[in-house]
Amino acid sequence: MAQVTQLIHHYLRHNKKFPHVYCPGCGHGIILGSLIRSVHSLQLPKDDVVLVAGIGCSGRMAVYVDFNTVHTTHGRALTFATGIKMANPKLKVIVVMGDGDALSIGGNHLIHAARRNIGLTALILNNNIYGMTGGQSSPTSPEGTRSATAPFGQLEKSFDVVSLARSAGANFVARSTVMHVKLMDRLITTALTRPGFNLVELMTPCHTQYGRKNGFKTNVDMYKWYKKHATPLERYEKMTPEEREERIPIGVFRERTCQGLEERYEAMRQNLREGR
Amino acid sequence: MAIRKKKRKEIFAQGNEAVGEGALLAGCSFFGGYPITPSTEIAEFMAARLPYTETGVFVQMEDEIAGLGSVIGASLAGRKGMTATSGPGFSLMQEHIGYACMTEVPLVLVNVMRGGPSTGLPTSPAQGDVQQARWGTHGDHPVIVLSASDVQECLDMTVVAFNFAEKYRTPVILLLDEVTAHTREKVVIPEAEDLEVLSRVTPSMPAEWYIPYEETMRGVPAMPAIGSGYRYHVTGLTHDDHGYPTSKPQEVRDLMTRLFRKIDQFFYDVQLVDQYECDDAEVVGVSYGCVARSAHLAVTQARQRGIKAGLLKLKTLFPFPRPVVEGMARQCRALIVPEMNMGQISREVKRVNNGLAHIMTINRVDGSIITPSEILKTILQA
Repeated sequence: MAQVTQLIHHYLRHNKKFPHVYCPGCGHGIILGSLIRSVHSLQLPKDDVVLVAGIGCSGRMAVYVDFNTVHTTHGRALTFATGIKMANPKLKVIVVMGDGDALSIGGNHLIHAARRNIGLTALILNNNIYGMTGGQSSPTSPEGTRSATAPFGQLEKSFDVVSLARSAGANFVARSTVMHVKLMDRLITTALTRPGFNLVELMTPCHTQYGRKNGFKTNVDMYKWYKKHATPLERYEKMTPEEREERIPIGVFRERTCQGLEERYEAMRQNLREGR
Repeated sequence: MAIRKKKRKEIFAQGNEAVGEGALLAGCSFFGGYPITPSTEIAEFMAARLPYTETGVFVQMEDEIAGLGSVIGASLAGRKGMTATSGPGFSLMQEHIGYACMTEVPLVLVNVMRGGPSTGLPTSPAQGDVQQARWGTHGDHPVIVLSASDVQECLDMTVVAFNFAEKYRTPVILLLDEVTAHTREKVVIPEAEDLEVLSRVTPSMPAEWYIPYEETMRGVPAMPAIGSGYRYHVTGLTHDDHGYPTSKPQEVRDLMTRLFRKIDQFFYDVQLVDQYECDDAEVVGVSYGCVARSAHLAVTQARQRGIKAGLLKLKTLFPFPRPVVEGMARQCRALIVPEMNMGQISREVKRVNNGLAHIMTINRVDGSIITPSEILKTILQA
């Protein structure tokens, strides 16, 4: 515990007036803890780390940590991050987005960041709902779930972030839930060390806006649900389609080490300079 | 001692290419954008030239929103950045213009105006985006809007745009029109030593003393590049002097007043105009962009007929050059405002004029330029 407190003191901003905005039972703090442990384990200097965030509950993460932080516009965090990375490839650029942020308003940017294979680490904090605006349906709200804008149940199908990122061309695609902290630490650490576009989807509960409307009595029930339904990919692949229903596969879905756009651009510049 | 006379470097180029040349001279090393007629040649120029520079980067983004987003990111990381677009793309960029105003990120946005609204007339000139450039993004905000009327000015004003952006930490919008952007003529490339190139002030104090949005006399805080050791928080939320979100009325007021003050107090530095035959003029045309060239010829022809006509060419559109326009209104019998919209700058002229002179407008929104003879006709009626 003392070690954890030390880490918090080292990486959080002391001059920022806490408390934070997260509700009791929210998983975002667990993810922030995991991110801090990952950065710490890699001994990345704080000056070299840039945390770019979008708008929403996840977006507020940027203000709490003592990195270079940019709280951007809704859905467009990846575009700012692309500019930062291309301008200074030495920086370690982490992009934190919510599900509405990354997949609805920012869906186009996500596809193209993956296609471009720009050297970023994207964390998508997926709580299946628009939390900050009061619990409206998001592109990952499962069919049939209730929300402030789907009071009679969501009619639309939801997005599978992993399949999307994989087919768009991301180097590294993985998923974890906040109940699987060891896995989450490992995935974020790996994503931070790989070249090109790395995406980790992190399932996180929002009891306040999602759970209460969808039959979860307490926030603990939501964590239990994740524990019960999350299945390691190896096991998930052996399951029959019936068994797969309601299961969330977790683990690494794609691993490549193709050069990032910034490296390819630098190589081109070098070639031009040498007249090749 | 032999005095070597340097040969001036002259090129034959179109307005869009001159913008690119100007940007490179001003130290631009990042371009992020999306193709759109009639501004595309700027992106093409930068794509071909930037990789040859020391650190230059060109990225073609997925849309205009992303284009301006990437430029803001690059500028935060210490680069001088630019994007270029036209009509519909300019509309898409509005939110990020506001973000750049709020976070005080220097950048240059070139908008080559084409006929609108909507897809409108993609290959025809217009001047319909003037008030959008001033007020397009939501929320009250200051912004600098410049224009250019010939190819040489495209180069010169691009350098000025970068200088203003860097000096005042603000987005600067350079409004061109299709005719100015696509006209080809001779351009003189200035020597580096003849050119004033300004760069943002970076902090020199120890990092722990640095206050990102500190109130100073100039009102323009020092701006470090991301990764240079000054870690701070950048947000589009209304923030206190440390950059952290706030909704305390006093802190909100401090920020908003400083944002306006930092540009308002340098009024005379920012407001650029050219005067032609204005000293004894009784009728003066107030004009900008390609229309100013028609007005120039019309004034010359009017002078030949013995009419005391003059031309006031606006190179800065916003903040509106009130003092000089007001002076003209006091001096003249009539002010003529020809423009390729239904009266966007004439609104400003009427506001400043406040009943002093007779205001005559010439408006054209059919995708054709206003000819010298049209302006001359109005001068003769004045």
